[in-house]
Amino acid sequence: MSLALHGRALNAVVRRELLRFVGQRGRFVSALVRPLVWLLVFAAGFRAALGVSVQPPYETYITYETYIVPGLLAMVLLFNGMQSSLSMVYDREMGSMRLLLISPVRREFLLAAKLLAGAAVGILQCYAFLAVAALSGVTVPPIGWLAVLPALLLAGLMLGAVGMLLSSTIRQLENFAGVMNFVIFPTFFLSSALYPLWKMRESSELLWMICSANPFTHAVELIRFALHGQVGWEALGWVAGATLLFLGASFRAYDPGKGLMARKAGAGEA
Amino acid sequence: MSTDVPSLEVEGVRFGYGGAKGFALQDVGFTVPAGSFTGLLGVNGAGKSTLLGVLTRLFEPTAGTVRVCGHALADRPLRALAAMGVVFQQPTLDLDLTVRQNLSYAAGLRGMARRDADARIAGLLERFALADRAGAKVRLLNGGHRRRVELARALLHRPRLLILDEPTVGLDLPSRRALVEHVHALCREEGVAALWATHLIDEVRDGDRAVLIDHGRVVAEGAVPELLAHSGAASLEGAFQALTGRAAA
Repeated sequence: MSLALHGRALNAVVRRELLRFVGQRGRFVSALVRPLVWLLVFAAGFRAALGVSVQPPYETYITYETYIVPGLLAMVLLFNGMQSSLSMVYDREMGSMRLLLISPVRREFLLAAKLLAGAAVGILQCYAFLAVAALSGVTVPPIGWLAVLPALLLAGLMLGAVGMLLSSTIRQLENFAGVMNFVIFPTFFLSSALYPLWKMRESSELLWMICSANPFTHAVELIRFALHGQVGWEALGWVAGATLLFLGASFRAYDPGKGLMARKAGAGEA
Repeated sequence: MSTDVPSLEVEGVRFGYGGAKGFALQDVGFTVPAGSFTGLLGVNGAGKSTLLGVLTRLFEPTAGTVRVCGHALADRPLRALAAMGVVFQQPTLDLDLTVRQNLSYAAGLRGMARRDADARIAGLLERFALADRAGAKVRLLNGGHRRRVELARALLHRPRLLILDEPTVGLDLPSRRALVEHVHALCREEGVAALWATHLIDEVRDGDRAVLIDHGRVVAEGAVPELLAHSGAASLEGAFQALTGRAAA
């Protein structure tokens, strides 16, 4: 199977995702407003209550707004990953997932292309957020704008893979609200997005352990270091490992022989 | 591709969803010769959609083989898939994209080069009288037009086998007749083989072939006149009733 053929299939998947995103202005606005509310309202109120001391990669005391920017970028990717998951469940209910699956290109490649397309959309949202944050006075070092790109890509792929795995296990669109409660909120709050982990450890050792094992924490830290032109090697290892794990599991879930698709189809088809 | 090789060969296919329901398909076997229009007839729940799920590799059968233009689906899935075009029962167009964007997306998924795809899309839009709708969002099209777009999409990569799962569901009578005629014309004029799953027996004509499926088994298969002779019935409806013991829709 030629490289050109794969390139065309990848191009088609990414193009469709971008066209859909451009067509859904409401999605873009809410993707932007959500982290901005956290940054401009929540963080402003919280600043007085929570002082953030010097910790890597920061070299000096920082404001709380600066602290939560990486967490909010990861939140954008988290919501985007879940949104992609939602659209995959929708695609499956509507049948357009089948169009993808009958393409004469390896299924793993197509699923990876879909993840990449989703991550591309997430990255666009992240940069839009960074731009608005900069306009409102919360800036990141210039090198961070470029250095954060691979971190956003990897984190976006990881969260997209989680979404893809979820999409294979959610039977119907209606069940998606449960994902919000049981995936998005715990993932976000049990991480270093809103508070440093050492702060969490002061209040609960158990919560600290959970937060430390949460791949989302490591995605946040990877982005945090990248925004300062550094590589958080430990975080990179965690995120890369988790990406491979979730990717492998979702490939398996969409495999016609081994996966969950056959079981699921029993409900809707006769 | 030699016309001696059937466009589709199904042998001993068995498939179950698991659980206590048993097998949804039991030793299913039939052939779709090149250039033929073959109706896959069965009442709702007979196993047609499950069978088409197996044929399009959504599910893997527990036993049996499927060959598309000589390529075994299990061994050479990509070649087999490349030789087939599919019109699904559910509408699968992206409603928020235009007709042309939908077709370009499908052409890309099929690995078609841009120039080839653009020319092919223009030709198919012309053929199905959709050229003036190319820039319209699919959401604005009526059911008949949407189905035609889906048919055009299934034909983009010049498949030798067209699989259609209850393609006339939800269409009004004129659109239904037009779609049946479009696909018969494709078989006649371009030598494409069609496997047309339906519970509406009047969509199959006297010169066609038919595969009768009931309770996940093939009850009879052959040219329509042969089935009439075999069952002693005067019409395909009568033959269906005689062979399956069920009233046709």
